[in-house]
Amino acid sequence: MELEEAKELKERCSQCDAISWGLTEEGKYYCTSCHNVTERSKEVINTDIIPNTKIKSISRGLKRKSKLEKGWDWYVCEGFQHILCQQAEVLKTLGVAPELKNEVLHNFWKRYLQKSKQAYCANPVYTSGRKAQVLKDNVHHSDWASGSELLSDASCASSLESGAESKSDVPTPKPFPALRTPQSESRSVPAVAASVCSGSLDGMEYSEWKEKGILKMTVPGTLALCYLSLLWQREAVTLSDLLRFVEEDHIPYIKAFQSFPEEMKLYGRDKGIFAIESWPDYEEIYKHMFEIATFLDLPRFPDITEDCFLHPNILCVKYLMEANLPVLGTEVRASHTPDEMHGLTHQVTKMTGLGDVDSLTFDPIAKGAQTVKYDVQAIALIVVVLKLLFLLDDNLEWSLSDLAEVNNEKNKTDKPWFSFRKWYQVMKKSVDEKKQNWEEARAKYLWKSEKPLYHSHIDKPGASKRREMVVNLQKQFSTLADSAPTIEKKSPSSFQFHWAEDDPSRPCFHGHSLQGILVKKGPALVTKNSLYWLSTQKFCRSYCKHVTTYEESNFSLSYQFILNLFSFLLRIKAALLHDEVSLIEKKLFKKKYSETKKNSRSRRR
Amino acid sequence: MRPTACGEPASKGAREDCGGAHPHFLLDVLRTQDMSDFSEELTRPESEDDQEEASTVSGTRVYFPWLQKHLDTVATGGKKKKDFAQTTGACLSFIREALLKHQWQQAAEYMHSYLQILEDFDSNQRQTAPEIIWKLGSEILFYHPKSSVETFNTFADQMKNIGVLNYLKISLQHALYLIHCGKLEEASRNLSQAETWRYGEKSSSQEMLINLAQAYKGLLEYFSWSKKKMELSKLDKDDYAYSTEARNIFSHSWKTSVNFSALIKTPGVWDPFVKSYVEMLEFYGDRDGARKVLTSYAYDEKFPSNPNAHIYLYNFLKREKAPRAKLLSVLKILYQIVPSHKLMLEFHMLLRKSEKEEHHKLGLEVLFGLLDFAGCTKNITAWKYLASYLRQILMENRVAWVQEEWKSRRNWWPAFHFSYFWAKSDWKEDKDLAYEKALVAGMLLGKGYRYFRYILKQDHHDLRKKIKQMKKSVKKYSIVKPAV
Repeated sequence: MELEEAKELKERCSQCDAISWGLTEEGKYYCTSCHNVTERSKEVINTDIIPNTKIKSISRGLKRKSKLEKGWDWYVCEGFQHILCQQAEVLKTLGVAPELKNEVLHNFWKRYLQKSKQAYCANPVYTSGRKAQVLKDNVHHSDWASGSELLSDASCASSLESGAESKSDVPTPKPFPALRTPQSESRSVPAVAASVCSGSLDGMEYSEWKEKGILKMTVPGTLALCYLSLLWQREAVTLSDLLRFVEEDHIPYIKAFQSFPEEMKLYGRDKGIFAIESWPDYEEIYKHMFEIATFLDLPRFPDITEDCFLHPNILCVKYLMEANLPVLGTEVRASHTPDEMHGLTHQVTKMTGLGDVDSLTFDPIAKGAQTVKYDVQAIALIVVVLKLLFLLDDNLEWSLSDLAEVNNEKNKTDKPWFSFRKWYQVMKKSVDEKKQNWEEARAKYLWKSEKPLYHSHIDKPGASKRREMVVNLQKQFSTLADSAPTIEKKSPSSFQFHWAEDDPSRPCFHGHSLQGILVKKGPALVTKNSLYWLSTQKFCRSYCKHVTTYEESNFSLSYQFILNLFSFLLRIKAALLHDEVSLIEKKLFKKKYSETKKNSRSRRR
Repeated sequence: MRPTACGEPASKGAREDCGGAHPHFLLDVLRTQDMSDFSEELTRPESEDDQEEASTVSGTRVYFPWLQKHLDTVATGGKKKKDFAQTTGACLSFIREALLKHQWQQAAEYMHSYLQILEDFDSNQRQTAPEIIWKLGSEILFYHPKSSVETFNTFADQMKNIGVLNYLKISLQHALYLIHCGKLEEASRNLSQAETWRYGEKSSSQEMLINLAQAYKGLLEYFSWSKKKMELSKLDKDDYAYSTEARNIFSHSWKTSVNFSALIKTPGVWDPFVKSYVEMLEFYGDRDGARKVLTSYAYDEKFPSNPNAHIYLYNFLKREKAPRAKLLSVLKILYQIVPSHKLMLEFHMLLRKSEKEEHHKLGLEVLFGLLDFAGCTKNITAWKYLASYLRQILMENRVAWVQEEWKSRRNWWPAFHFSYFWAKSDWKEDKDLAYEKALVAGMLLGKGYRYFRYILKQDHHDLRKKIKQMKKSVKKYSIVKPAV
């Protein structure tokens, strides 16, 4: 539009002789090839051609509006639907079962639209001029109670499928039959009002929409919805994995609106709804997920049994491998106690009852319902086991390491004993490196979309000019940057570290044994260390919702290191993990807790 | 605070050097750091427009990281900072680190990401960003091995057109860069553009910058003028080319004087401009004009105290053969600002020639004051003057004057000037200096003092006669009474 307006000036530039004029923000002409700003401004020239400048400017305004109206009429919820579609598509390519999109997510979404009275109901609430046509045949109004029914609602699933598919492939999509009809009916009323301050028809109303008992969808909400469907499907993706995929730019989130079809114009109020300027936060999404599940009134989720990925027995193995801890102990001694850490986490799980189906399965309707943070819990179990084995008082772990190293020196043929010190050295280096890369990648992340977002039409030329400028400047500096490509996109993986037996830079401890740390006592193996200290003596009973407070400096350096290591793996705060550790300890030492509050406890296995 | 070196003018003297674009850049970037850190919480310092002031203030600023964090949370009302802001913040610190380590490529890499701050939804950020980007970017482009004048020019031209606030500042710095690269014509063209640029009502900061742009243009014109003058001096006066050249020079001067005059009227330190302006005025015989400029530059109270202003005025008056009283009054002020300046020796001689007794006393003070500075300890003229003047004064029986000066120096001058170590090294390096110092030491500390004795013992045939004389004068004129 800028260039078009500036075509009126046919003079040559005094600096570079080019005839290519643009308009600056102040309405002055500038040469687009050499950026020379002239003294001449738009108004001056206009008076030469048309005496009445006012008329000219009005007609220009009208022209703009009509141009913009070429975009589609769309509703905010369609935007979210589009984002969900994309996210589900990516999850499918990551290896999640295809039913996730067509059956589970689709049904959750439909249920959400209905519960929030945006569609599939007699009286859509917040839109004044809009009457949603209800597809009564397709939607069951009351019988959502059982999970089987929810999943059997396949007739609708196909419609989402077709809508989504056509959006990504064919330029003229039919987003949602249920939603398209009302648009054409009531087009005239909201169209005038909406186009003033948002690209969507109801962006204005949506951002001001406040109603008790209604949960508004947000972009973080889409992630929560995705996670809910993953959980329903019992997929091998934890919440921290999901968020990490977002961070690594595999799952569309931050600039998700970028892939909206060209005709879905996005500006003004839409900006506040769809533009995201923060990474998803574990606790925030977790909270969202819980809220959405209760809002949707979902039935009990499928059972998490011992063969599920989310069961602590399996997750612990995963994280033990990730953290390079002994896990390959196939040797089974006289008893059922294997000499690697997995056996110990297994035992703690059993003793605390954390592996029970009932405590693991999410049931939003049940009283006092709570979802388990599966990943945090599994890690916390590992931390407890590490404490059981090494005490982590900045003393015992090192003397045990001395023992192990002396033994390994003498006995080179056997399975090496696990040395905490060696492990620490390797892990410290790897994690620091990873953290450094992570910080650099975060600093280099480009947040802004290719399509600039603006408040209103007045703002638009400014925004696109800024965009153009940034792109030009970026081009200039990228030629000066290191010739090597900055960061090649990593392919998504549930593992962040890769340990190899024969690689000296990343030695693998999976095959090391816990001998020297465990002592044979009769038929069973007992930990050599008989002491234990509790992470928390007091639990917070106030409304802050924190189980306890974590003041780093109060704890041993080894404990700090381990918490930092694992909380970095999950991209959560160390305090959250500390809470979880405390909760497990509370279950494990229930009796001791009620009896006395002494600091260190001895325990016999 | 006293400057240490005798020959150097005070620190302010050489700031606005014509070829000095280079050190300017790094300073600016370091200043950016302070400003960006504080700009979020505190309103920007008002002195920002006034570059002189900002640079002196930033030097004394103290930075507390923990306070910063605290301020951050207060400013956002406890709300979590957006990760976008975190990214740009982290980027900024990575760029700084890279710049400090001279990793220009890495700095460029982070710059690529930092640029998105121009699209920040926060309009405050958006407005302060261009200046920071300009400073960081120009620094990178200045040093980057793959950068060229062309890349710098395109960058500068792009940055000038972001908003309107920075146009003049960037134009000016761009011109300095071009001058540094020796592209004088391009720089001059740039300055002309800046000079004619207007946006809205002329604010005071804008006017200042426009004046500066004009003055730099004037400086460039002065440069070509003085080059032509050099050529002219080589030409024969009867040469037919002489008259045309001379005419050229005349037309030049008229334009240039207009360029300088606006800036010179505003308070500030404008040494190179004043100097070249005066040179041109003098060349065309406008002595009154030159005198007026120099007098107001030195004496106007709105101007910051500037030793060079007095030096220029003194030199001008000397060329003009002004009366001694006038010269003395100028040097008196310089003496108060920079007592270690080498002109103090001339001051001393002028005072000595004066008829007034108080001037004679001041002459002694000036010499003692000069030799208080470590940079002047080996100034043989100063020692020679002191030795002969001391002798003269003691001959005139004015022991009280000497004692008055000596009182405050008695404790430290012996170790500072007359130690055994100095006696040895002075003798080795410069026998004449050692001789003069020994004479002074003898008169001030008595013939028993080790410096004097050491020089006395040295048997040197050239100086034998002189040393004998010295022994005699010390015996006669010493403020120390020989213990009987």
